[in-house]
Amino acid sequence: MTDTAATAEKTEPGIKAIRLRHPWRNTFAVVLLIIVALFIADAAMRPAYNWPAVGKYLFDQRISQAAFVTLQLTVYSMIIAIILGVTLAIMRLSPNPVVNSMAWVYLWVFRGTPVYVQLVFWGLIGTIYQSIDIGLPFTDPWVSFPTRVALSAFILAIIGLALNEAAYMAEIVRAGLLSVDSGQEEAATALGMSWFQTMVRVIVPQSMRVIIPPAGNEVISMLKTTSLVTAIPFTLELYTRSRDISAVTFETVPMLLVASIWYLFFTSILMVGQYFLEKRFARGIGDRRPDKKADDATAAMTGVTPVVGGNQPTVVLPPNDPDQGDRR
Amino acid sequence: MSAANDTPMVVADRVSKSFGSNEVLKSISLEVKSGEVMCLVGPSGSGKSTFLRCINHLEVVSSGRLSVDGELIGYREANNRLYEMRPKEAARQRRDIGMVFQRFNLFPHMTALQNVMEAPIRVKGLSKAGVEANARTLLARVGLAERADYYPAHLSGGQQQRVAIARALAMEPKLMLFDEPTSALDPELVGEVLDVMQNLARDGMTMIVVTHEMGFAKEVADSLVFMDGGVVVESGVPTEVLTNPQHARTQAFLSKVL
Repeated sequence: MTDTAATAEKTEPGIKAIRLRHPWRNTFAVVLLIIVALFIADAAMRPAYNWPAVGKYLFDQRISQAAFVTLQLTVYSMIIAIILGVTLAIMRLSPNPVVNSMAWVYLWVFRGTPVYVQLVFWGLIGTIYQSIDIGLPFTDPWVSFPTRVALSAFILAIIGLALNEAAYMAEIVRAGLLSVDSGQEEAATALGMSWFQTMVRVIVPQSMRVIIPPAGNEVISMLKTTSLVTAIPFTLELYTRSRDISAVTFETVPMLLVASIWYLFFTSILMVGQYFLEKRFARGIGDRRPDKKADDATAAMTGVTPVVGGNQPTVVLPPNDPDQGDRR
Repeated sequence: MSAANDTPMVVADRVSKSFGSNEVLKSISLEVKSGEVMCLVGPSGSGKSTFLRCINHLEVVSSGRLSVDGELIGYREANNRLYEMRPKEAARQRRDIGMVFQRFNLFPHMTALQNVMEAPIRVKGLSKAGVEANARTLLARVGLAERADYYPAHLSGGQQQRVAIARALAMEPKLMLFDEPTSALDPELVGEVLDVMQNLARDGMTMIVVTHEMGFAKEVADSLVFMDGGVVVESGVPTEVLTNPQHARTQAFLSKVL
């Protein structure tokens, strides 16, 4: 009797059963691998790709400088776009109708026209408004300087990209702010926190969890949209620079590969950064526990019932699921 | 029983509140003395939560006067006219009125301790060290000293509500409002929250409690107000109202919940 009980107990954890097979999954994977291998082998041989030229230009100083300019364009315009986007989102949620409609018109214009067209416009700004005057209307300006001098192509590129992106960021931020339970604002208000404190300390940190994935998407998208600033025309970023080199060397395909490798390298880094940001703003949501021991100690105080029976040792029932409280 | 004295803490004088054409509160007049514990009971939709939310200006009253500690809520009176308060002034009034919600509304991205420390630091501008010591004392008072570093998601409903009470107490309010504090809790967790509230009442806190816990009302409250359809139907000493209701609607309601 005891023997069978013991063996039964032993075999219980590992169930012996024929595992479910997935023949189609395996077949498909093999076919796919063969196709990819053939493609790679073919690409390695094909003269049009000209791999030695790719290797030669990948770390060419002109290219790495252009890659750095692309990164600068992305970072600067994204920073401005996020600040402006948050402002616009808050304006859109404001009960003040004047502020609200201002934000609406901004979104209407900047989201409703193509970014390429906007960039061409920014390029023409020096022709449309030949000088920038500071002063009172209908009087002589205090300061006046030519637009072309004040705004370089680089600055115009940043302005053009940032103002367009801000419209998209505004909607992302607005969705994030709306995703936070209204009880949070009430609780903060009831504690006497001002509207601004409530936003900065309570609403915005919680909305970040919703905002970061699409915002990360926007950063990656921005990195690639920088290739459009040639419309301004600004020619020192990665894509235009590699096109310019290939125009001279006739190595079109290798130069495209060089640019693509750099874009991929940057997006990969951005994706890693996004992962860590998401982890940071998920605090209090995930199943991270600060201290297992403290948990056991306090469990005794709240949810645990000690059961004493007959000659058995005292058995402590497992604590209630600590997450059973209502989650929002 | 708490020691109630005669100064009124909350005075409602013909308070009405409408949402559009829907009149939720109809000329409510009542008085809560300093140190008194008042329970508001009634069927859902009777306006008791709305009335509670009017007291700290989360809702704006449509007509009537509502004052806390002699100060008109939400309005300034000068030259016989009422002026709407600036948000800043309303926030200053709310500092002194603690509120506990049915759904706890703890800040999920902060630990229990950070939840309790937030308002004293940000609103009162107190130093962090002093606030932390006080917050730990408060958490100990609600029996959660060891859970200070837990995020709300890792606390049970009862524990979350006790943190919420500690958070409200951290502002050292002169009045505490409880909006159905135990309604969202599993039955076995209700007791721990009510115990904390009973201790608070014993310490002389002025409290207005919207609740369905008649046992708590009978044992702890100094007065009980029964509301239905936006009006006060009946009020008085809890034991009398509960055991010998005068009004037919009170009788009908109590026969269902007791």
